[in-house]
Amino acid sequence: MITKLNVTSIYVLDHDEALDFYVGKLGLEKGNDVQQGSYRWLTVRVPGADGTEISLEQPGAPLHDEATAAQLRELVTKGALTGLVLNSDDVRGLYESLKAGGFTDFTQEPTDHFYGTDMGLRDPFGNAVRILQQGSPA
Amino acid sequence: MSREVEELNRRLLRARDAMDRAYAQPLDVAAVAAVAHLSPAHFSRCFRTVFGETPHRYLQRRRVERSMFLLRETGRTVTDVCFDVGFASLGTFSRTFRQIVGQTPSDYRSGHHPVGVPHCALMANTRPRTAAAPAAA
Repeated sequence: MITKLNVTSIYVLDHDEALDFYVGKLGLEKGNDVQQGSYRWLTVRVPGADGTEISLEQPGAPLHDEATAAQLRELVTKGALTGLVLNSDDVRGLYESLKAGGFTDFTQEPTDHFYGTDMGLRDPFGNAVRILQQGSPA
Repeated sequence: MSREVEELNRRLLRARDAMDRAYAQPLDVAAVAAVAHLSPAHFSRCFRTVFGETPHRYLQRRRVERSMFLLRETGRTVTDVCFDVGFASLGTFSRTFRQIVGQTPSDYRSGHHPVGVPHCALMANTRPRTAAAPAAA
């Protein structure tokens, strides 16, 4: 029996910029950060929880030749790849604090649905991130 | 070269996101092009190359998708729906809707019911493609 989604991954164009966004702005915590030669195993995760590690992968050698890496970077920046859906206990609060911090890359302001309140934004590279507060809106 | 492409893509995506976010407001190409820091003509050309359709068409499909949602899930009149999603005239709305969906807003409403799918998936995946052109005679 499979018991957990342990690691998922998204492509980012720059590790440090990704950390600044996912940890510095969204409030995730850094998980692993291990350098092996030119490879950097870098993950972030929901703080405090025994959560899924989100591996931040930069396209490139040795997994991709330069042409493939360039294609992946182009797909990321045109928003054509998949993203993340995160849960929060205060979507509107996070929205306000992001906005107050000068963040503008929202794809959707907080909106109420029958299943909760959600908002959409982009990471610095173009990946979609949705943040959901589950439960009937007040 | 690649970095320039990526940077341009990112700006075009930001402009596309602005259309998705502000579809209900009056938007023109100049305003959306400004989000990408491009002239309107250059913006339209680049947008089409990167996303495969003109910005105008993209916005029309966003608005029509939102109108399909409101027709399915609410009891608002067709006229209200038309203005809710940013069309400036009922004639343009009806014509555009029919061209993209292949039926009138009223016919669409009578044949469809609410869908229990998360909103973000709905918005992304039920956006209508342009209806296939009638087969050539």
